[in-house]
Amino acid sequence: MSSTVNEIEILNADDAELMRISREGTLSLNLNEMQTIQTHFGALGRNPTDVEIETIAQTWSEHCVHKTFKSIILYSEEGEEPEQIDGLFPTYIQRATEEIAKPWCVSVFSDNAGIIEFDETFNLVFKVETHNHPSAIEPYGGAGTGIGGVIRDSLGTGLGAKPILNTDVFCFGMPDTPYAQLPKGTLHPKRVFKGVVAGVRDYGNRMGIPTANGAILFDARYTANPLVFCGNVGIIPRNRCEKSVEPGDLVVAIGGQTGRDGIHGATFSSAELDDTSENLGSVVQIGNPIMEKKIVDALLQARDRNLYRSITDCGAGGFSSAVGEMGEPVGAEVHLERVSLKYEGLAPWEIWLSEAQERMVIAVPPENLPELMEICEAEVVEATVLGTFTDTHRLQVFYEGESVADLEMEFLHHGLPKPVKQAVWQPPKHPEMPSRDKTTKNYTDDLKQLLASPNIASKESVIRQYDHEVQGGIVINPLVGAENDGPSDACVVTPVLGSRKGVIVANGINPKYSDVDPYLSAASAIDEALRNIVAVGGSVEKTALLDNFCWGNPDKPDRLGELVRAAKACYDIATAYGTPYISGKDSLYNEYRDTTTGEQRAIPSTLLISAICVIPDIRRAVTMDVKAPGNFIYVVGNTYAELGGSHYFGIHGFIGNNAPNIRPDEGKLTMERLSTAISSGLVRSCHDCSEGGIGVAAAEMAFAGGYGMSLNLNGIPTGDEIDADDFLLFSESNSRFIVEIEPQHRDAYENHMKGVSTGCLGTVTDTPEFVVKGRAGAPIIKTSIDILKSAWQTPLHS
Amino acid sequence: MTNPKVLILRTAGTNCDAETDTAFQLAGAETALVHIQNLISGRVNLADYQVLAIPGGFSYGDDIAAGILLAIEMKHKLTDLLNRFVADGKLVIGICNGFQVLVRTGLLPGISASDSSTPEMTQRTTLAMNTSARFECRWVDLETQESPCVFTKGVKPRVYLPVAHAEGRFTAPTDVLAELEANHQVVFRYAESEYPINPNGSDADIAGICDATGRIFGLMPHPERFLTKWNHPRWTRLAETQDTASEEGDGLVIFKNAVNYVKANLP
Repeated sequence: MSSTVNEIEILNADDAELMRISREGTLSLNLNEMQTIQTHFGALGRNPTDVEIETIAQTWSEHCVHKTFKSIILYSEEGEEPEQIDGLFPTYIQRATEEIAKPWCVSVFSDNAGIIEFDETFNLVFKVETHNHPSAIEPYGGAGTGIGGVIRDSLGTGLGAKPILNTDVFCFGMPDTPYAQLPKGTLHPKRVFKGVVAGVRDYGNRMGIPTANGAILFDARYTANPLVFCGNVGIIPRNRCEKSVEPGDLVVAIGGQTGRDGIHGATFSSAELDDTSENLGSVVQIGNPIMEKKIVDALLQARDRNLYRSITDCGAGGFSSAVGEMGEPVGAEVHLERVSLKYEGLAPWEIWLSEAQERMVIAVPPENLPELMEICEAEVVEATVLGTFTDTHRLQVFYEGESVADLEMEFLHHGLPKPVKQAVWQPPKHPEMPSRDKTTKNYTDDLKQLLASPNIASKESVIRQYDHEVQGGIVINPLVGAENDGPSDACVVTPVLGSRKGVIVANGINPKYSDVDPYLSAASAIDEALRNIVAVGGSVEKTALLDNFCWGNPDKPDRLGELVRAAKACYDIATAYGTPYISGKDSLYNEYRDTTTGEQRAIPSTLLISAICVIPDIRRAVTMDVKAPGNFIYVVGNTYAELGGSHYFGIHGFIGNNAPNIRPDEGKLTMERLSTAISSGLVRSCHDCSEGGIGVAAAEMAFAGGYGMSLNLNGIPTGDEIDADDFLLFSESNSRFIVEIEPQHRDAYENHMKGVSTGCLGTVTDTPEFVVKGRAGAPIIKTSIDILKSAWQTPLHS
Repeated sequence: MTNPKVLILRTAGTNCDAETDTAFQLAGAETALVHIQNLISGRVNLADYQVLAIPGGFSYGDDIAAGILLAIEMKHKLTDLLNRFVADGKLVIGICNGFQVLVRTGLLPGISASDSSTPEMTQRTTLAMNTSARFECRWVDLETQESPCVFTKGVKPRVYLPVAHAEGRFTAPTDVLAELEANHQVVFRYAESEYPINPNGSDADIAGICDATGRIFGLMPHPERFLTKWNHPRWTRLAETQDTASEEGDGLVIFKNAVNYVKANLP
């Protein structure tokens, strides 16, 4: 065996030795998995090479194979019979989609992104990924390669989609964290914030993809483990959505060169961070968006000329995953010395594992190679033939003529033992906060404080750094209103210029409710994403969802119990609303360990729901800014006394116990009816009622539109009796909206909404005064929209 | 006659080519997206076209400075072709990154009329980093100036268009600025000097200029992003007050003017 390849001595290793090999090699394999490998090679009568064991570790990593979501879980809940769940993914996510069975779902969970129908010519693809661990260590590179990676997912779906929209959702520590309180070895949240935004900005803008939807959340528990969700929507011809690989096709790598960068990204992401993780610099890279743009330019031409049969991106695990996955049904043979390198001196396993950015692998019938090379030459993109797909059902890797890996596809992809994990969930008990009506008659400061809280405050300084207009298709901007600075609920784009058919993209995320119940957090995230879709003119009927779970260490039963709760909600609510999941991803082990104190911190259990909806006529879209004095303001949907995990409780230091419940029958009817009211032109503006409740939503509508409001809490329809002004004003009950109705449409609107709770709150006024009267008739808020707007705009201004 | 032919130049990092293509097609042109390698190799002949459009993007990543590498490539490899194209009375438009390229090649504002010793293709003005020191995307009000620019005939006195750039601050030596004013080469100004109406701190609020003939035009705002009225960021507010008969966005006229000019002047 050549000096560049090492044999890993596992045949005679004891358990302790097996675990040492796993740990020291950053393999992130547990004992059971190491033993399985040992047994497999024992039967072959030889040790694995480093190339082989690394390939297995990548393929079996949590990051690549999502073993937690496929594992058997023994779950128990207080007062309930223990149950056995045979995989969270098949039981709750995949099953929901199968039962909903929407005919417009073209491809779900099987390709690099989900595919839904758009029009007679095109389909849409959508994928959201996370890049959390890299962004914690190197925010700029981590976030940039996050967006770069998810763009390649769209490009690697079907035979390649053209990227048309980016979304991004970030969760950071509190921006005012004192430096002395920073966990050892972590970056300050402000530094992470700045770096992540710059990374997404520079990559997205250079690629010429509008970044038009997102969210930024803050919580102290994200300090050591920030979350960076990057999403991409692409458009693809309907006859380019299928891929296949035939024996004899060439394995062709396209794009950037390979270096010693990003090695062990997949396995690194599958472990907890600690205060020494900052030393793992080589796992994070700096992206090159122009290289990726060149790949897109070249590949879309090759796609349209039918020059290749299959495509996938080189993401986690590099060539080992890309070729391993593509070749799974047939087999593949690769010659590593052919790989175009950035510099000399890489060991074969490093070439094979490198996660160097901006590389794609395609399967090219040999007769098409010359034409492909011609395109690549014209676009100045490097393309290299690495080997061939075979019919051996083996993954065979050579270096300078010598075999360095020879693995059965069957063992590689199906040899992973299915783990059994324990999960428990116990509802927490938090101190309850009483209404403050007895001690105050004025909630103006509360409203200002809510508007200024970093989760609600304006994100304009970030949004402006993203090009949301490029490609020329934007119809509803992320910033709307009289001065283009109000917070839009969702964005709408027309990917085919000249067509009136549009795409709406929105998201929902409520980690604060996880502190009460992850079930309600997940349910509320789905409800919120759908509300955002409906609020700009979309319909629940035409909406698909993506689920992205970011969780703590799932090997701990309590963390896994929270995951089970959330997954159950995903099934229950999606099936109730009839909204299928088309793609999803999970990022686990978002925990930090201080190796000196042993202190362990997990992030709040965080589920991001992204929603995509096709809108038949963008001329029917609406925005959230009020349009004219004299119009009526209505609340749609019932308010309940549900302030557990609310921002109002939060600013007073409470969590509470009644997180917003979910009533999908009520919610579905509300959304369907409102949706048709909007498409019939009865609604002048509409805003989702969420963080900060009716108070914050109404204030945002008023200052975005540049008009005051005169409102009265007696108009709020309630589902249970609420005898507190502050609870009415700031409860975060689900399935609610605020709408603006012109006087001439008032009757038609009320008729249309029969059967749905809706109540008139007051009117839009032509003074800047924002007045809310309490139940007793006296004003409890009296201020101006300028003061409110300034409170909202100032905190994250720069 | 056949429709005017527009060559939309592409290279690594060009990214507003598709919407620029759509704009010219809506205006009635026949278009071709051409990689600069194909012009250099001679596979495509620039002389076959009447309009050269350099779209927005980040050509070669805007490494060193925005547009500079593409400008150098054009100066070194296409000077003769470009000079002949301009001498033949044809049209050139550069939008955003394309404007940055035209300024760095010296095609804009063109050689000084008073100083014939300046060689052609000499850079005399620049587009520097925004005073905000970062990339910004926002809509701005522009005032259309009296100018010989053939692209802006009949454009409203005030136009609303988006900008999206980090390096858009137009700046030049005092004498060059005076010359631009004297020759009426300023085509668009930001409507006010205050940030953010002047989004980048440009001298004399300059948003776009032309050469002395009016046939070479560069601007930082993106007219190709305002082709229908639903692109306007406040169309939901304007819907009821605006004339709803026309669905055309205010950016399209610039491309139509180019097509009409070619039809009338370049048989």
